[in-house]
Parts: sequence; structure tokens; C-alpha cells
Amino acid sequence: MMFKAFLIKYGEIGLKGKNRYLFEDALMRQIRFALNGTGEFEVSKEQGRIFVDFTSDYDYDEVLERLGRVFGIVAICPVVHCDDNRWENLTKVVGDYMDAVYPDKAFTFKVESRRADKNYPKKSMEISADMGEYLLDRFPQAKVDVHNPQILLNIEIRQKTYIYSLSIPGPGGMPVGTNGKAMLLLSGGIDSPVAGYMIAKRGVRIDATYFHAPPYTSERAKEKVIDLAKIVARYAGPIKLNIVNFTDIQMAIYEKCPHDELTIIMRRYMMKIAEYIAKKDGCLGLVTGESIGQVASQTMQSLAATNAVCTMPVYRPVIGFDKNDIVEVSQKIGAFETSILPYEDCCTIFVAKHPVTKPNIRAIERSEFHLADVIDELVETAITTREVLICE
Amino acid sequence: MEIYLDNAATTRAYESVCQIMVKTMRQDYGNPSALHMKGVEAEHYVKNARQYIARTLKIGEKELIFTSGGTESNNMAIIGGAMANCRAGKHLITTGIEHASVYNPMMYLESQGYEVTYLPVDSTGTVRLDALEKAIREDTILVSVMCVNNEIGTIQPLDKIGRLIKEKNPKTLFHVDAIQGFGKMRLWPSKLGIDLLSASGHKLHGPKGVGFLYIKDRVKVHPLILGGGQQKDMRSGTENVPGIAGFGQAVEEVFENLEEKLDQLYSLRDYFIQRVCELDGVVINGFTHRQEGFFGPAPHIVSVSFADIRAEVLLHALEEKKIYVSSGSACSSNHPAISGTLKAIGVEKKYLDATLRFSFSFDTTQKDIDDCIDALKSIVPVLRRFTPGGRR
Repeated sequence: MMFKAFLIKYGEIGLKGKNRYLFEDALMRQIRFALNGTGEFEVSKEQGRIFVDFTSDYDYDEVLERLGRVFGIVAICPVVHCDDNRWENLTKVVGDYMDAVYPDKAFTFKVESRRADKNYPKKSMEISADMGEYLLDRFPQAKVDVHNPQILLNIEIRQKTYIYSLSIPGPGGMPVGTNGKAMLLLSGGIDSPVAGYMIAKRGVRIDATYFHAPPYTSERAKEKVIDLAKIVARYAGPIKLNIVNFTDIQMAIYEKCPHDELTIIMRRYMMKIAEYIAKKDGCLGLVTGESIGQVASQTMQSLAATNAVCTMPVYRPVIGFDKNDIVEVSQKIGAFETSILPYEDCCTIFVAKHPVTKPNIRAIERSEFHLADVIDELVETAITTREVLICE
Repeated sequence: MEIYLDNAATTRAYESVCQIMVKTMRQDYGNPSALHMKGVEAEHYVKNARQYIARTLKIGEKELIFTSGGTESNNMAIIGGAMANCRAGKHLITTGIEHASVYNPMMYLESQGYEVTYLPVDSTGTVRLDALEKAIREDTILVSVMCVNNEIGTIQPLDKIGRLIKEKNPKTLFHVDAIQGFGKMRLWPSKLGIDLLSASGHKLHGPKGVGFLYIKDRVKVHPLILGGGQQKDMRSGTENVPGIAGFGQAVEEVFENLEEKLDQLYSLRDYFIQRVCELDGVVINGFTHRQEGFFGPAPHIVSVSFADIRAEVLLHALEEKKIYVSSGSACSSNHPAISGTLKAIGVEKKYLDATLRFSFSFDTTQKDIDDCIDALKSIVPVLRRFTPGGRR
């Protein structure tokens, strides 16, 4: 194994003033979580950078893939160690490194050096110049370009020497856990996992609620939602998934309310239940995958009607996205194939032929009045009988 | 206690089947092609299984090829049969109610320049012999008709079909997909004029992943899987010894006192039909009562349509009570496409999506059926209140 360590570069969190250590610690924690099971490693921070040092064998591609899912990372630089710092040996190791990493030797390069170990016999400027000379000798086709090099070769002398030149872009965003927690309303569709991903990218930890309506929705539909939560959890960290049995509420609405208002009323109760669990579990907001005008229940009027039951802020990260844009993100995060499996969710079972698209809140509230004598008990039962799973 | 009434999809393997399979993996695990003792021991299992099966069919042991299951057997019979006999003609005949593993190879052959005639069936799902008589031509190389329909359980008049084919064109091959029929009746290919016959292990308490194709002596079929030349070059690949041994064991057990067991199974089926008709708005598809010879219903399948009920919802409601059945045909249940057989026998449109298949095994008891009927009686009226269209 050539690369023994990774240098992690992070952007935005570098700006956070006195809170910076909180963000760095969160990032280190997320990195440890993401790499769990890949081998023996240590994560350390120094001078605004994070290092991951492997002390055992590991799978390079897998580690890169996992680091690529940690929000807050801007770039990942695979690092080669050189234990023996004597100049003769160092030049050989650096030369071999360049030889192995760049098969085409007609490159332009620049050497940048740092010397944390001030006892090292060469100063950093000398290291750069001498190493440049050595490389020009060894690879006659290569040229130095100090302004716009194709390869920026970094040499850092500490107890060991770190050599790196590759930089693989990370996902950006902020480390999960630095911006509180939110409750995601997770259906089996394409939009809600994307919404969860996008909120998590801003550093928010995710809980989720799924509404299950057996026998109208199948065990497979539930499995699918658990799978989707696991996919989002690859980015967002472990997700606490609340599975709420919604059948009795749905039946009551079906029996007592006008059918064209069914979906809206149903969604209002879903929001209420999700908000209740969210508050209880310390979430600071709700997250949905709604996008304006996508379906009857997502017109401006319908969104207002569902929003009206909540006191918590409701975040809708894909609100201005077209379906194609959402699908693109869904494919990128690997959720799409699962999202399109054909199992019905509880929103699609009892849809009226012509649902209201411009609901009037007063009218909806009047309809809900018919539920008055049963609904509180049904909601309470739904909440207390919910099933809780940790998806990771 | 769970009640498993989906035995046409798959069955529970017999204890003795599991035991012999474990033995072939832990003790006698050799490769049957190996020259040493270990190989010879393993080969014994294959030989024994071949013997049992050949005996039940009254065929020669050399006329049997083990495959990976029913689908491969059907593919091999149809595609391999067409390829080997294409000089005699390029016309094939099948029915409109075949399983996808017959239907799709036929479609494939059509894309390769063959011509396929699809025969109509009557309202019981029995193939129309007059149509078959008209369809057989000078260049007809193969007729493929299933023994028992997997969705409604109708037995095809194989004796009459075989006779008709040989009268009209003695060179035409007769293939029977007996995946649902094998082990549910006495099938003697030589008496019925059958040249090719497919069966599968897991439909009669054997393991999944194993099946056979009977190929009558001197009938030409091209192998589809090429390699090390096992099974006389007809089906390369190391023999699936555990699967074949398990299959053989299952066949031996199933065929013991078969007539007696079949009588019991038919009375159980009669009992189920009598009880299920106690419900309102119920239609039995295909035959209700046992008939003589190759005609009437198979002993293990009943297809029932429930007016104003969505089959999938009823299926899941039964599932909550640990009663497992299938909607339409299990093989097509994952696709929203509506059953081909039900359409072909002219089931009314409103019943197409309202049909469940109950399928029994020799282990099904009268109590299982009573419990199932009790469950239906409690669920069906409730679902009718809520299923869209069911409400006044």
C-alpha cells in the first residue's frame, strides 16, 4: 500500500471564529464514523488541517469513497510517508512517488515544502529548490512552472515526512451535528431522501418519520423506506426512524371527510404527528420533500394548508427544484434505484379522482371537525405505538 | 401459527431433503466428475435422484437433464429445441396462458425469425383443440403447452393434444411445462406423446435452484450452457449435487402413496371452495370440481375473485394474520401488470385486480382452511367499506 495517510482539507468551517474547534471536532467525529470498519486508523488535527493515518491495511478505493460522503470535507489528499528523512533517501522516495503516480512524465510541477522539525539540516526553501533539481535530473521531460504548475508537490518534514500532490474533491457542506437536528418526513418516493440529504449537508443531524398503513401498504414498502433511510444515513450518520401506523387515522378521515380533501387532511395529521415526535426528541424543525406544484397537495394553497398545523419551521430544500433536478441528486446519492421500486405509499392509496388543488383552510378545518370525537385518541395511539429503528 | 397457502409459488422443503443436502455438502462433497472416491460418492447421489425421477415418469435414466430450475428447463426445451430443428421449419405453437419462462423464449424466437402461433383458451382455461388442429402445419417444429396453469390451476388435455400433434405432424415435438403439474398427478410422457417435459424442485418440497428437462431418446435439442461437457455435453457446469440429491429425495417422498394423497388434497380443495363460497361476492375462476383424466382442476390451486376488493390489500390484511397467499400469479405479482391468464379466460375487468390464488400442499390441514375462511369473513366486509368503489 503506497498511501498511508490522508490529509483532509475543509473550507467553510475554517471561517467560524471562536467556534471553530466545535466544527473541527464534529468533522473528526464524522470521519471516524464514516471510516469505521475500514481498518486501524487515527484521526488528528493540527494547524487547521486534519490527518487520517492508517496503521493497518485498508482498501484505498473504499476509504476514498467513504471520505467522499463526509460533509465538511472540501478535498482529500492521499499522503505517502517517508520514515527515513535523510536527504538521500528522501529524494529517492519522492522520485519513486512521482514515477508511480504520474505515468506520463511530460508534466510541469512546483515543489512546496514545510519544515515543522526546525532541526532539519535544510530550510524549506532549500528543500524545494534541491528537490526540484533532483526531479528535473530524474525526469528530463518534466519542467518547473512556479506560477501555474500541473502538479503541486507538497513535502512536509515532521518526525516522518509527508508527501502529497493529489487532491480529490470532497462533498463540501458542513459536518453533520454542527447545526442541530431536524425531523424528516420520509416517504418511499424520490423527493424526501433528497431533501434529507440536502439538509444534512448543511450540518443538520436527521431523524425521520414514516407513515405506514397496513394492509394498504405492504411490508415491502416499509423495507424500502428503511433502505432509503440507510442510504441517507451513509451521508447523514445514523438516522432514528419512527414508523407510525397511520391506518386507523386514514380510515377515519376516509369515512368522515369529503374525499377530495382526503390527501390534504391526511398530510395535516402527518405533519402534526411528526411535529409532536420532533419536539419530544429535540428537533429544531421539520423537513419535507415538497416542491411547488408537483402534485395537488403541493400547490401554494395546499402547502399553506399543511403548514398551518405546525408551529415549528418546515424546511423544504427542494421547493424550487424541477423533478429532473431532484432525480439528478437522487441518482448522485444512490437512492434513485430504490426510490422507484413500485410499492405504494399511503399517500397514493386513497387519492380522489379530482383532489382539491386550492384548498381553503376554513373549509378544511370545518371538515376536520367531523373527526373531533375520535381523532385525539387515534393520534395518541399512533404516536405511542410507533416503532423506532436506528438506520445506519 | 402461520398458515402458508402459497404452495404454487414455492413449498417448504422436507426435513429429509435438508438432511441429504447437508450430507452432500459436509460429508460427500466431492465433484462428481472427479476420478477419485470422493467423486464417485458424490456421483451416487446424482444417480439415485435420476433413478427415482425416471421411475416416476417411466422414462429412461438417460433421458433426464438436470438444470437450474423450471425457467432454464423451459428455455432449453424451446430455444434449444427450435435451434436443433430449424431445418425442419420455423413455426412453433403455444397457448395464450403460458408462464413467462415459456412466453419470453417464444418472443425471443420471434425476434430471431421464427413464427409463433398463440392458441386461445376457453373460459375454464382449457386450450381449444380445434384451434390447435388448425394451427399445426408441415413446418411446425414444436408445440409447448403447460400441464397445469399456475394462476387458476386448470389441467390441459395433454393426452388429446399429444395424439392430435402426432396425427397431424409426427415430426412436431411436444413440450410440456409440468412445473406445477409434476407431483400432482401421474405423468407418463411416452403414453402422452410428450417429447420434452420441464419440472422444478422447489414446487414439491425440494430445494430452489434445481429442475430437470426430460428429453425423449433421439429428440434433438441444442444445449444452451456450454463448458466442461457434464451431463453428456447437454448441460455443462458441475452438477448441483446438493440440489439434485434434495430434489430426488423430495420426489421419492412425494410419490409415495401419491393417489391417496391426491384424493385427500382434492377433498381439501372441495372443502375450501365450499367454505369460501359462504362469503358474498365471490367467484371461483376455472374449474370448481375434480374431473376425470387430463381435464379439470389441479388439486392444489384455487383462484378466487372478490368483488370490490383490491387483491393486494386483502393479501396484506391476511398477512397480518400470518396467512400467506398470492395475488394472481406470484411470478408476476411484483409487476403491476395484470394477470395474462385471467384476461385470457375472460374474467370481468372489475375482477382482474381483485383475485387471489390460494394454493395447498400435502401438509395443508382442514384447520388451516377453517382459519383462513374465518379470517376472510372478518376482513372482507371491512375492506369493502373502505376500498375505493366499494362505498355506496
